[in-house]
Formats: sequence, structure tokens, C-alpha cells
Amino acid sequence: MSTATVAKAGTAEKRKPATMAQALTSALRDAMAADPSVHVMGEDVGTLGGVFRITDGLAKEFGEDRCTDTPLAEAGILGAAVGMAMYGLRPVVEMQFDAFAYPAFEQLISHVSRMRNRTRGAMPLPITIRIPYGGGIGGVEHHSDSSEAYYIATPGLHVFTPATVADAYGMLRAAIASDDPVVFLEPKRLYWSKADWSAASPETVPPPGKAAIRRQGTSATLVTYGPSVPVCLQAAEAAKEEGWDLEVVDLRSLVPFDEETVAASVRRTGRAVVVHEAPGFGGPGGEIAARITERCFHHLEAPVLRVAGFDIPYPPPMLEEHHLPGVDRVLDAVARLQWESGYVAGPAGGSD
Amino acid sequence: MTVLAAHGRAYHPAPPPAWQPRMDPGPLLPDAEPYRVLGTPAAASVDADLLKELHVDLIRGRRYNEQATALTRQGRLAVYPSTTGQEACEIAAARVLAEQDWLFPSYRDTLAAVARGLDPVAALTLLRGDWHSGYDPKTSRIAPLCTPLATQLPHAVGLAHAARLKGDDVVALAMVGDGGTSEGDFHEALNFAAVWQAPVVFFVQNNGFAISVPLEKQTAAPSLAHKAVGYGMPGRLVDGNDVAAVLEVLGSAIERARSGHGPTLIEAITYRLDAHTNADDATRYRTDDEVTTWRGHDPIALVEQELTARGLLDDETAQAASEAAEKLAADMRERMHADAVLDPMELFEHVYAEPTPQLREQRAQLREELQAAQDSQAAAEGEQA
Repeated sequence: MSTATVAKAGTAEKRKPATMAQALTSALRDAMAADPSVHVMGEDVGTLGGVFRITDGLAKEFGEDRCTDTPLAEAGILGAAVGMAMYGLRPVVEMQFDAFAYPAFEQLISHVSRMRNRTRGAMPLPITIRIPYGGGIGGVEHHSDSSEAYYIATPGLHVFTPATVADAYGMLRAAIASDDPVVFLEPKRLYWSKADWSAASPETVPPPGKAAIRRQGTSATLVTYGPSVPVCLQAAEAAKEEGWDLEVVDLRSLVPFDEETVAASVRRTGRAVVVHEAPGFGGPGGEIAARITERCFHHLEAPVLRVAGFDIPYPPPMLEEHHLPGVDRVLDAVARLQWESGYVAGPAGGSD
Repeated sequence: MTVLAAHGRAYHPAPPPAWQPRMDPGPLLPDAEPYRVLGTPAAASVDADLLKELHVDLIRGRRYNEQATALTRQGRLAVYPSTTGQEACEIAAARVLAEQDWLFPSYRDTLAAVARGLDPVAALTLLRGDWHSGYDPKTSRIAPLCTPLATQLPHAVGLAHAARLKGDDVVALAMVGDGGTSEGDFHEALNFAAVWQAPVVFFVQNNGFAISVPLEKQTAAPSLAHKAVGYGMPGRLVDGNDVAAVLEVLGSAIERARSGHGPTLIEAITYRLDAHTNADDATRYRTDDEVTTWRGHDPIALVEQELTARGLLDDETAQAASEAAEKLAADMRERMHADAVLDPMELFEHVYAEPTPQLREQRAQLREELQAAQDSQAAAEGEQA
């Protein structure tokens, strides 16, 4: 990846394409500039700028005390971040890859998620834990996990995952500003995705906890997040040929989960498919499908279906295309939504 | 083609670039014997008033352990991990800290927290079970009692590091047991502390057992203090039942940290006279003889021996210490025998700054359940009347 240059304020009136990686770097830089208590720490985040270059230039600009190369020990990194937060700092921790975050699991589960609760609110921990996650980049073993199910199963953690360049910036700023710990899952496959976006005037995005309807439609709702959002948007385009007009809901944050937006969409369309890369069994899709069923039962024309990664250890790179939910698999699921029952949503959400 | 040939005719392999040891490990090594003061000529130099204060603290500490154990038998505490026999370590840890310093206790170290001035009822909240922690860490500068072993050590490092970055004069004292030194977090914390030269002191109370497992099944290191050398920090061995020695060794490590010279690992050799907790049966893994031997090296007796030798321990002094201890115990009894005030609705209050929509629903559900229970109780009482 080329150096993540970020337009300086005042020089970028003209908007040009920016990558998600650049937006993330901007978010870190702006947060550090705005608040001296924000400290970035992790493996290779200093001199190198991170293996994905998300922290590029931060050590040079803010000094190594603010953007720190730590020893190679994830429990130590997150545990030290807990202590720093206890003393009033706002650490932003980088876990180098999804599966390399597991050594920090005990700190995350036993302390980060519980400190506010344990201390009756006296000691919240404003820690952001950035984790590049998901597959599709040809990574060898331990570089492509979708580990979100572990995190959403842990009360006390927020779990955000952006799918757009604007959200990458806006949600990372929101995560760092949050007084609660946030597991910030960065879809590494989308690091190089581009959009019309300006670091000098980043657009305001809805707060985490609000899902976004990325595509309006009337036939069925695709509920998804992170790396699967572009897949669902492609599927929705392809579905037009079949006569299906699909709505795509990007959850943006898994915790908090925006049940209202999802339920309202499914009530309008009468059908839903939940799409994610994480293994289906015990994955977020089961929880989301259950909640849709509980909330929308009388509006549903078909069982809520899931398209998820298989229940296998993440496959070797030469086989990952068979594992990852793709457009065809999403369309196959849509085709199984019992269209013969004849339900067709009325115009403009009139079926609600 | 050979590698030599590929490099060309003029190429001659050289020795590797010069290697230097990163520091002389000699000064980091612990002494051959645990450092002692009481019962040695050095005892004469311990201030008489300090010795008398330590005596009162130890007597109160012993009484605190007895009372907490009794409250467990009476069902007022869910469990109590006693520090009977380890009072010298607990008292010294509390005394050695300046007001602005932080203590990071393990679940066994409530006595250190109380000796530092924390209300015993607040210190025992976790073990009583009415909440997970009963005090504000920020105002007490005592981190919550930590149950998962050694996981509080990286917190101490991070806090000390943060304080140093801010230019504050703060030292963190992190307490852990012999079993905890086998955990990965012990290793990671010591490594981070040394790399960052964080003002933190690691205080290991080697009380002989991790529940039932003796030290020889825990480590093959020459001593736990020797582990320090591998991280590039000094290791110190001290007689953990000798309160004067522990104070001195802890004090110099704290001063070392305070003056910017980085962390120290201290191993205090002590003994857990009680079982792991009230729920444990220590006769399954150790002999009465061993316990008797350690009773012969009681931390309180060591101080009393020195006080007696100096003619400082008369009946009046002993009586005063005993009264201070009974006052503490009476206060604990009175307040712990009162039923805890519980509000089930508080369960939802401290999960997030703002409850999620799902938590709001669950909160409403519990509120309805509580209301229904209250209504049916009122109805039943009405029928009876």
C-alpha cells in the first residue's frame, strides 16, 4: 500500500477519492490532535506505521510516547492500556490481526468489559481496540478470522464495524470519544476501498447504534455489516434481473444493535436474509434472525435465512473463495424466500 | 555456484557484528538469603516508635483475619482468603506507599487495603457478594481486588507508565502470589515495566502454596526473585514475616522507582497459616509439622521479641494494641451483620454509559417481575389480615 497521505486542512477543498485506510489514519490523527490523552499503542505502530500503515506518520508527528511500539505481547498491550485508562488516558490499541488478538482475550473479557460494572460506574475504561478482521485478502492461517461473535457475546463491550470510508472515519472518532470500551473491527478487505471523501471536511455520519439503509428496496431485506456490505449491494444489483428489489441494511455497530431499523425494514419487505463472514453456528446471524422473528413474525412471508461462513476453521487462502459468502450464495438464499406465497410489499413501506 | 563464489574472489566471510551484553546481570541478582532485620543486629537501628506502630498494625491485622474468617462461618461473607501469617507483608505494603501512590491488590490482599485506610466493609464487598467492588479506585488509589491471577500486574504497569508520561510523582505497587508468577500476565507485565522503565514495584508473597500446589511444582527457578534478571530489573529476596525487613526492601524499591530507575521484583518468603479459604482443607496437602514450624516464625512474635528485648512491651502497650484490634473487629461485626442493601435494578446501571435498547427491555422486564412479586406479596398479606 502506498503511504497513507492525508490532505492537510485547508488544502483539500476539492474532494477526491480516499481509501478506508486513509480515513482511519485521519481519524487517529485528528483524535490525537484534538485530545492529548489519546495514545496509540501496539505492535509495529510506531516507526513502521503498522503492517497496514493505518498509524503511518503518527509517531513522527506526535512522538513515540503518543504512538508507541510495544513489546510483542497482546495481553500486556491491552493490560497496560487498562492501567493507562485508569489514570485518565484514552488508549487506542492496535491488534495486528484478528487471530493475534486472542492472547488479549482474558484482559478484554475479565477487565476491559467489566471495569465500569465492577466499580459501580466509578471507573469506566475509554479504550478503543482496533482489530483488522475478516478474509478475502489471501492471508495464511490466523490472518483472516471473523471473531465478532466472541466480542458481541461479552456484555460491556461495544462492537463497531464500518463498511464505508466515511463511516471508517466517523465511527473511529466516535469509538475514541466513547467512555466505554469499543472493539473496532476493521474489514481489512475494504482497507483499499475508495470513496469520494475529504480529510479536511469529513462528513458527519450517524452515531454508532444507528443502522444505515445502504439501498432501499421492497422485496426483501439483506441485513449485514462490515466486509459483507459491498457483497450484498452487488447482490442487490444482480437481483434486479430476477425482479427482486432488495433493501440492504448496514448494521454499522453490532453492539449497540439497532433492532428498530432492522425490524422496520423487514416489516416493510416481509422477508430477510442475514449475511456475514463469521461462521453461522453461534454467529451474530442467529441472534439477529431470532430478534427479527420475535419482532416481525406476523409480517414475515418466509423464514429468516442466514448466509454465513461455513462452520470450519478459516480455510487456506487458495480455498477461501468457497467459504466466503459471495453474491451467488446471497442470491440463492433470496431465491429460497418462498416467493410462491405471493406476498409483495406495497409501495413505500405500506405493509407496515 | 557456491555462496563464496557468488560473492566474488575478494570476499572473505567475517565474524558476526560485535555482540555486547545489554547490561551486567550481577547487580540484578537477589541475595543468597532472604534479607532479615528482626532477630539480627540490624534490629537495633529500627526506630522504637515505628516498631510500636507496626506492632499495633500487625495485631489489628491478625484480628481482622480472624474476624473475617468468623464472618464467613456465620454466612456473612461468601468466602474469605486469609492472610493469617502474612500480616507483615500486608501491613508493610500499605505503609510504604505515599498518598499519591497506587496499590494493585489481589483478592487475598484486603488487609493491605484496610491497612491503607480503606473501610473494611468496602474492602470486603467482593467477598460479601453484594457487589464486585466496594470502593472508588480513583479516590482510594487502590485498584479493585483482582481475582484472575496476575492480570492486575499489567494494569499497574500501564498506570505507572501513564503517570510518568504526565510527569506525576506516582509509584504503583502490584501484589501477587507465588502461583501468580506462573501466569503469562506476570511475564508480560514485568517485561513491559522493564522496557518502559515504569515506576512500579512487583511484590510477590511466596506463601508456599497456590491453593494446594507447592512451589516446586510451580517453578524450577532458583527463586522467584531470580526471574527479575531475565527482564533486566533487580530481584530482591526478603523474609516476608519480618515486617522491618519487608518495609526496608519495599521502601528502597519504591524510592528507586520514584527516582526514575525503573521497576523491581521482590519475593517475600512467608507462609499461609490458614487454608486457601474457608472452603479449603489444607490437611490434604501439608503436614501439621510444617505449619508448626512456621508458627515458630510468627511475624507478630518477631516484633514482640524485639520490643521485649528493648523493654518496650509492657502490659499496658499490649492492652492498647489488643483494644485497637477489638475495636476494628467490633465495627466489622456490627456492620457486616446488618443485611446488605440490594437494588436489583442496579444490575443494569453500570454495563454501559448508556444502556443498549436490549438492556432497556431487560430492565423493564425485571422491573415488572419485581413489581409482580411485590403485588402478590401484598395480596397474600391482605388475605392473611
